[in-house]
Amino acid sequence: MSNKCCCNERSHYFDKFDKILAKYEGKEADIIPILQNIQEAYGYLPQDILDELCDRTGLHPSQVMGVATFYSQFRLKPTGENLIKLCFGTACHVNGAEKVAEALADELKIEIGGTTDDGRFTLETVACLGCCSLAPVMMIGDETYGRLTPDKARKIIRGFYENRGE
Amino acid sequence: MRIGVSNMKKGDFKIIVGLGSCGIAAGGNKVYEAFKANIEKSNKPVTLDETGCMGMCYKEVLVEVIDSDGKSIIYGEVTPEKANKIFESHIIEGKPVIEWVVKADDMETSEDAFFNKQMRIVLRRCGAINPESIDEAIAMDAYKAIEKAIKTMTPEQVIEEVLNSGLRGRGGAGFPTGMKWKFARASQDSKKYIVCNADEGDPGAFMDRSVLEGDPHSLIEGMMIAGYAIGADEGYIYARAEYPLAIQRLKIAIRDAEERGLLGKNILGSDFSFKIKIKEGAGAFVCGEETALLGSIEGKRGMPRMRPPFPAVKGLWDKPTNINNVETYANVAYIILHGAAEYAKYGTEKSKGTKVFALAGKIAKGGLVEVPMGMQLKEIIYDIGGGTSSGKKFKAVQMGGPSGGCIPADLIDTIIDYDSVNQTGAIMGSGGMVVMDEDNCMVDIARFFLTFTQKESCGKCTYCRIGTKRMLEILERITKGEGKEGDIELLEELCANIKKNSLCGLGQTAPNPVLTTLKYFRHEYEAHIRDKKCPAKQCKALIEYKILEDKCIGCTACSRVCPVKAISGEVKKAHKIDSSICTKCGACKATCKFDAIIVE
Repeated sequence: MSNKCCCNERSHYFDKFDKILAKYEGKEADIIPILQNIQEAYGYLPQDILDELCDRTGLHPSQVMGVATFYSQFRLKPTGENLIKLCFGTACHVNGAEKVAEALADELKIEIGGTTDDGRFTLETVACLGCCSLAPVMMIGDETYGRLTPDKARKIIRGFYENRGE
Repeated sequence: MRIGVSNMKKGDFKIIVGLGSCGIAAGGNKVYEAFKANIEKSNKPVTLDETGCMGMCYKEVLVEVIDSDGKSIIYGEVTPEKANKIFESHIIEGKPVIEWVVKADDMETSEDAFFNKQMRIVLRRCGAINPESIDEAIAMDAYKAIEKAIKTMTPEQVIEEVLNSGLRGRGGAGFPTGMKWKFARASQDSKKYIVCNADEGDPGAFMDRSVLEGDPHSLIEGMMIAGYAIGADEGYIYARAEYPLAIQRLKIAIRDAEERGLLGKNILGSDFSFKIKIKEGAGAFVCGEETALLGSIEGKRGMPRMRPPFPAVKGLWDKPTNINNVETYANVAYIILHGAAEYAKYGTEKSKGTKVFALAGKIAKGGLVEVPMGMQLKEIIYDIGGGTSSGKKFKAVQMGGPSGGCIPADLIDTIIDYDSVNQTGAIMGSGGMVVMDEDNCMVDIARFFLTFTQKESCGKCTYCRIGTKRMLEILERITKGEGKEGDIELLEELCANIKKNSLCGLGQTAPNPVLTTLKYFRHEYEAHIRDKKCPAKQCKALIEYKILEDKCIGCTACSRVCPVKAISGEVKKAHKIDSSICTKCGACKATCKFDAIIVE
């Protein structure tokens, strides 16, 4: 996706960003919410948007990148179509989350943090989703799947593929 | 009398579905929709409502049915299918489905023990009100305490009351709340801030989330009272971004309070003005540390600052700031409304009131419980929690998350108060209580927590940044069977240095999980290092899966589930596992119905 070759295309690409920036004064205290909004709109923090943010607000690139790389919520690369957030909290750990992680990684043929070749899934671990009584837990998109076993986790992934007739 | 029941006609019903995060995760929305469809179909005068966490997470989805006499029956593990049946039998035919009842006004149930020992102050409205209805909160005394404070008390009297109550910070360290307020009051400045730490980052803890989702008004009111007491007119709630539902409900609660004139300028006709803003965190455990949290609100990397000056003197944007966590603030209105003496009736000499715990891990009845301080650990784990979920021997309970430690089974008489828990080497922490049984390896648990703290160290202090990394490397080596003589001593040395040379709580407490497991389970470390054995049979490098020939009937179930085809054998003959291929995923053992697969 080239965003700077053509004026028309560029303006559309930056539309969402313009709307976000209009809501804030662009001060230091706004960096985190602005980045959160960008990620919400674009799925990740694209470099050209971050450049534009610095140009337009006068925030220093080191401030913006410092924040973008400090907090685990922010992503500098796009994710797959479905983001799997596998909980690695304490309750999930003692109930076997690591085995679930291995099963998912094996089923999807990716490492933790990776994205499948077909772009369907990104597998991430998170510190705690807070549904400890359902441990081990994962979220795919907004849907929560609880009381997982390695086998159950594999079946959930297969279900995604089957639903599409693949 | 329940809220909203007074205007119900004879024969009417109110159905309330528990829609906290746990309830939704367990399928609460589908249950809600099922009831909705039934109500529309039947034309019965039934009100459908939602509520936050009722505490019995292990029985989600929970549904409460209240009749026109105000009598309540709560059903557990409700599915859309069960919802149809409950509607048919209970609502239409007037016959409750007894076998699914988990709590009832007029009936004894198997789950009564879960509630009998609890005392609900912080959670007083959680599960009892619709968290998105300010009217329901007000009907249960919300905003009465701030009214009392503004109209009848001076700020000094409010602080005195909180001091006398003995309330200590529920975020972990247990600093007296009234004292904190006093310092902030004493700081002279035209601008001061109230901050709520709702960055509940401890894995295995969900107390604050449940309060935010179940009764956001108790936090708002607590912050207002604190603002009145120290002389602040602005508050920030720093909430985890991972808690979208909590944030959404807080926003609704703030908007509703503003519309009623309970937040804003000249509250209740007085000179006191107060507004609240929400700041969403972005995923950094260290932001639970108060100075790092302030940095994050200011838009910086969340790195701790030197103290002193303490936030009470120089906090948010260098202005005097009072920071407490959600649970602490949620106690305040109760104290002001009912008086310090009433609150201090509960608890021990130095730890007053109640404490909320998130009971999780290998526990039969996991959920959110609130108990008076002074209760013994075993009462929580056995009487309330029902013991281990596996039925296996209870081994330890982890308290205080990555900053805390593991309390072993033989210290289960320990009473819950700040000082007694500290003596074990664990900390009260924010209230995560993760139960472990004999299948959990304590070296692995220590490694787990170090993985977490090492990743979350902000990197400012050398000992925390590099020391935790070295500790993790040693622990990984030990769990892989590559431990060496001297490793334990090296770990102890690193622990001592990291504690001494770190600026903030994260670093100072990071060694605790290792220190407590070394203190109580040293033999497990030694078994890993010297005998290359994992006594709990968890550490992959030190175990082997085997098939017992005399038990295996050759059903082939195991060979079919093995993802790496490590199991071979003919039908109806004993199978064999090829250890050189086996990845020790455990799928075979989980599948075998004949207990023919063992771990050695």
